[in-house]
Amino acid sequence: MNFISRYRRSKFFGPALLAAALFILGTTYSVASATTFKAVTPASDKTTLVAEGKELFARGCSSCHGLNAEGGSIAPSLLGVGAASVDFQVGTGRMPMADMSVQASRKTPVYDEAQTAALAAYVASLAPGPASIKSADLAWERSGDTAQGGELFRTNCAMCHNFAGQGGALSQGKYAPSVMGAEPGQIYEAMITGPQSMPVFSDKIITPAEKLSIIKWIKSAEAEPSLGGASLGRTGPVTEGLLSWTLGIGGLIGVAVWLASKAR
Amino acid sequence: MTTDNHSKEIAPLSDPGIPEHVHRRTDTDPKAAKKAERQVAILFSISAIGTILFVYSYTFMSGDIFVFLPVMGSTNAKQLFLGLGMAISLFFIGLGAVHWAKMLMPDNEIIAHRHEFRSEESDREDFVKTVKAGAEAAGLGRRSLIKRSLGAALGLVGLTPLLLLRDLGPLPKDDFTKTSWKAGTRLVTDPGNRPIKPSDLEVGAVAQVLPELQPGELRKLENIGKDAVLLIRIRPEEFQLDAERLSWTHEGIIAFSKICSHMGCAVALYEQQTKHLLCPCHQSTFDVTRAAKVIFGPSARPLPQLALMIDADGYLVAKQPFTEPVGPSFWERDSA
Amino acid sequence: MSAKERAAGSVANYVDERTGAAKWMKKNLTKVFPDHWSFMLGEVALYSFIILLLSGTFLTFWFDPSMKEVEYEGNYGPLSGLKMSAAYASTLHISFDIRGGLLMRQIHHWAALLFMVAIVTHLLRVFFTGAFRKPREFNWLLGIGLLTLGIVEGFLGYSLPDDLLSGTGIRIAEAIIQAIPVVGSYLAYFVFGGPFPGEVFIPRIYTVHILLLPGIFLALITVHLMLVWYQKHTQYPGPGRTEKNVVGYPLMPIYMAKAGGFFFIVFGFTAFLGAVASINPIWLFGPYTPAQITAGSQPDWYMGWLDGLVRMAPPLETHAFGHTISWNILIPGLIIPGILFTGMALYPFIESWMTGDKREHHLLDRPRNVPTRTAIGVMSLTFMIVTLLNGGNDIIATHFGLTINQIMWFSRIGVLVLPPIAYIVTKRICLSLQRADRELVLHGKETGRLVMLPHGEFIEVHEELSPEKKWTLTQHEQLPQLEIAQENQSGVRNPKGLRAKLQQRASRAHQEQIEKPSAKDLLELGDGHH
Repeated sequence: MNFISRYRRSKFFGPALLAAALFILGTTYSVASATTFKAVTPASDKTTLVAEGKELFARGCSSCHGLNAEGGSIAPSLLGVGAASVDFQVGTGRMPMADMSVQASRKTPVYDEAQTAALAAYVASLAPGPASIKSADLAWERSGDTAQGGELFRTNCAMCHNFAGQGGALSQGKYAPSVMGAEPGQIYEAMITGPQSMPVFSDKIITPAEKLSIIKWIKSAEAEPSLGGASLGRTGPVTEGLLSWTLGIGGLIGVAVWLASKAR
Repeated sequence: MTTDNHSKEIAPLSDPGIPEHVHRRTDTDPKAAKKAERQVAILFSISAIGTILFVYSYTFMSGDIFVFLPVMGSTNAKQLFLGLGMAISLFFIGLGAVHWAKMLMPDNEIIAHRHEFRSEESDREDFVKTVKAGAEAAGLGRRSLIKRSLGAALGLVGLTPLLLLRDLGPLPKDDFTKTSWKAGTRLVTDPGNRPIKPSDLEVGAVAQVLPELQPGELRKLENIGKDAVLLIRIRPEEFQLDAERLSWTHEGIIAFSKICSHMGCAVALYEQQTKHLLCPCHQSTFDVTRAAKVIFGPSARPLPQLALMIDADGYLVAKQPFTEPVGPSFWERDSA
Repeated sequence: MSAKERAAGSVANYVDERTGAAKWMKKNLTKVFPDHWSFMLGEVALYSFIILLLSGTFLTFWFDPSMKEVEYEGNYGPLSGLKMSAAYASTLHISFDIRGGLLMRQIHHWAALLFMVAIVTHLLRVFFTGAFRKPREFNWLLGIGLLTLGIVEGFLGYSLPDDLLSGTGIRIAEAIIQAIPVVGSYLAYFVFGGPFPGEVFIPRIYTVHILLLPGIFLALITVHLMLVWYQKHTQYPGPGRTEKNVVGYPLMPIYMAKAGGFFFIVFGFTAFLGAVASINPIWLFGPYTPAQITAGSQPDWYMGWLDGLVRMAPPLETHAFGHTISWNILIPGLIIPGILFTGMALYPFIESWMTGDKREHHLLDRPRNVPTRTAIGVMSLTFMIVTLLNGGNDIIATHFGLTINQIMWFSRIGVLVLPPIAYIVTKRICLSLQRADRELVLHGKETGRLVMLPHGEFIEVHEELSPEKKWTLTQHEQLPQLEIAQENQSGVRNPKGLRAKLQQRASRAHQEQIEKPSAKDLLELGDGHH
C-alpha cells in the first residue's frame, strides 16, 4: 500500500480512483447481468407431439392461460392463435414471461426446439390458426427485393421499430423491440400473428412475397457495415447531439486548456 | 455574517501587481529549447504523414474494404482512412504551431492600456454641431413638404418587395379542407395499390391505405400528405362510438386519417392490445375504440374518421369524403 | 539587407504607398489578447463557421436542390429503383460515388453541431462572467442574432437532403407556420408554393441556406469581431489586471500562432469526428413521403428543446366563430421561444437597470460574486435542459427502461418547478462560496496538518494565502443597493411608483452579498489567526 500512500496527494489520484471504481463497477455489472437461463430438459417419451405439448402446457403455461388455453384474468386465450404464435412467443423466449411487466421481452428460450414444436402442435390442435414458419422454408434470399422491402418497412414497420429496425418506444413503457438478429421465420410469424402490441399484417395487405422482401431488407440492414464510422446506435440525432456535447466540445476544451496554459 | 448592504468599498486589499515573470526552461536552457524545436518539427512531420495517408487512401484504396474495430464495429476503410489522414494532417499542424508559440515564442505578458469609449466633450459638441448644420443645410426642419412626401414615398416603396413576393405561392382557397377521398373511392394498399376486401383483414390487423388512383393519374406527395389513411380491424363489440360513427365502420373495420391532427406527422403507430394510436413525433395518443379521442399528448383533436362501406364488388370504399379537414389546425378551420 | 528582406520591403512599400497600411498594422500587430481557455469557445464557433463554408462549398458541387422525382440508379443497393427527389438522390451520390464525399458531408454536419455547441458555450461564458456589460451590449445582441440565425441555418441544412427524418421536420415546421393566426395558411402556401410538400421548398431554402444566411452570417461575424478588436478583450481578474488595462500576449507572433494553430486543431478534430462517427446516415432513413414515419423522429439538438416543449404542451385549442387557434402549437412553438430570446437579448439592459450601474466593465466577474445573475443563468439552463431531455424522451425511455408518459409528466411538472428551485439553490451556493472565499482570505487554507500545542490542544495549521490570491478573491466590487426615492420631499408618492418599487426590489435581490474582507478586517485579525 506504499504505492497508494505515495501518490495519494497527486492531483491525478482522484480522477484515477474514480475511473478505476467505474471500471470495476461496470465489469461486475456486465458479468453479473450475463447469467443465462438454463433450459429445462425434455422428459420426452410421449408418442405424439400433441400429447407432449399438452403435458408441457399443463405444467408451464396453464397457470396463466388456463388448463385448456381458454385464457385467464392475466393472460389471453390461446384458442385460434395458431402454431405460428406459439412458435414465435416461445421460440423467442418471450413466453413464459419472467415477470408481470408491461411487456414480455426477448430472452433465451426456456423450451428447446422440440418442446416448442410440441407446444405449438398442442395449441394448434385446439382451434385452427396460422401454422408455424421455419426460417429454412423461406426463400427470402432468392425471391425478396431489398429496395421494395425497405419501402414496405418504412411504411409499415419503421414507425415503431425505427428506420433501421433498432426498435423504439411505445406508450406506457411498452416498446417495439429491435428486429436486428431476429430469425427470418420469427419475423414472418410476428407479421402474421401480431404478438403483443404489434398489429397483424394480413397476407392480402402485405403479400407473402412482400413479407419476404421485408425480411430481406431487414437482413441487409443488419449486415450493412458502418459506412461512415461508428453507427452511434442508428437512433437518429439524439446520440449525435450527445456526442457533440461530450467528446466534441469536451475534446476542444481540452485542447484549449492546454493552449492557454503557461509553459514551464 | 450579515448580508445587509452598507457600502463595502472600505479599504480594499491592495493589488500586488503582475507577478514577476518566471522563465521557462526553454528560455534558460538551450538544450531544452533545442528539444522543443525538435518536438515542433516532429509534430509538423506527423501532419505530413497524415497527408500521405490521405493521398494514399484517396488514390489507391478500394471503396469496398471493411475493417473491424472495437467500439466502431465493421467500418468502411476508405472513408475511415481518408478522414483520419485529413484529421492528422490538419490537427498536427495546429499542435505544432501552438507548441511553437508556447515553448519558443517570448512569453512575456504585455500590458496594453484601455481608454474610455466616450468621446471627448468637445468632440461630442462638434458632432452635434455638424449634424445640426447638415440638417440645416438640407433644410430638413424648414421644408416640411419634402420631409412628408419623402416619408410617404419611402413607406410606399416598401410595398414593392412585398408585392413581388406575392407570387411565391397560390392562395390556399379551400385546399386545406379537401382531400382526394370521394364517395365511392376505393381504399388501396400503400405501397402496392391493391383494393381491399373486409375479409383481407383479420381482427387485430392494420393496413396503410391511400385512395385508388384514376387511370393515368400519378401519386403526388402533396396528395399523400392529406390522403393517407390507416385501416384497423378490431372486434365490433369493442367500439364505443355513437350511432353515426358506428355506421362509418364496417364489420369492425375503422379508418382514420393518418395525418396527425397536431402537426401532421404520420400517426401510424398502432398498439394492437390497447388499441391506441401513438404519434412518434410528439406522442399524442389516440383511442381507436372511441373515434380516436386524444388520451395523451399535445394534440387537441381526434383524428378525422373516414366513413367506410363496401362497393358492388365487395371492396372497401369511402362512403363520403372526410367531414372535417385533415391534418394540423389552421386559422380558417371551422369545427371543434 | 538580404535579398529576401529587400523583396519583402518593396512589396510592403508598394502596398503602403497605396493604402497607408503600415501605421494601422504597426499598432494592431502588437494588439494584446488575454489568454484563457474559455476565450477560445467563440473561436471554436468562428472556425466551425469557416469549416462549414469550405465543406459546404464542396457539397454544392454535386448537390441538386430539386424536388423532381427521380428513380435511384446509384451504387447503394437497398434503395435502387425507388422513387425519390433529385435532392435525396444527389445526396446519396455525394455519399457513395464521390471519393471523400461522405467524409465531407459528415464533416459539414459535425461542424454544424459543433458550431451551435460552441455558440451556446460561448454565450454561457459571456453570460456567467458578465462580459455583456457596458460597453459590450451591442456585441451581446449580435451574438443573440447569430445564435438565432444559427438555429435557422442548421435546420434548413438538415432539411436539404429530403430524407424521411428531415421531411418530417419540414412537415412540423409547416404546421407551425400554418398555426399562425389569421395569415397562417396563406404564409404556408407562400413558403411552400402551394400545398405541402410541393416542389419548390428545397430549391428555395437552398438559396437561403447557401447564399442569404451565410452572407448575413459573414456580415454579423465581421462586426462582432471588429467590436471585440476595437473594444479590446475582457480579462479575468487577477493581480495587475484592472479596468484600465489588458494583460496578455501580442497578436504577432504569439496569438497568430496560437489562434492560427487552433483553427487547424478545430478543423482536424472535426475531420476526426467525420472519420470515426457516422452522422445523419440518410441512406438508412429513406426518401421522404408524408405517409411514412420513423420511431425516434428527432431534430438536431439545437432544435431539440423546441421539440421537447411542443411535446409537453397541453392539448389546448380555441374554436370560436369559425376559427381555430392552436395554443398547443403557438405557445411552445412561437410564444415561449419568443419570450426566451427577447429576455436573453434584453438581459444586459435589465441587469444594468437592476444594479443602476452604468459604468464600463472590462474585468470579468467570478460567477459566485454575482449570485443573482448566476442564479438566473442556471435557472434558464435548467429550463432548457428539461425541455431538451423531453425532446429525446422516446430514446431515453427505451434506453433507461422508463416510459414516455413518465418522462413527459416529469418534464411538464419539472419545467415549471425545477427552474425556480435551481434559482434558489444556485443563489445559496454562490453566497456560500463567497463565505468560503472570505474565510479563505481571513484564515488561510486548511493544510490538513494537525499540530499539538504544548497544553495538549490540537489545532489544524492554516496556511496564509499569497497576496496575489487574496487580491484575486477580493478585487471585485460590491455595489450597494439602489436607494430609490419612493416619495418626494413633500411626501407625495413618486409618479413612477410601481416601477421604482420594482427596481428597488430587483436591486435588493441583485445586491445580496456576503461582505468581502477588507484590509481593515485583516488588520483587526492581526496575527490572531492560525
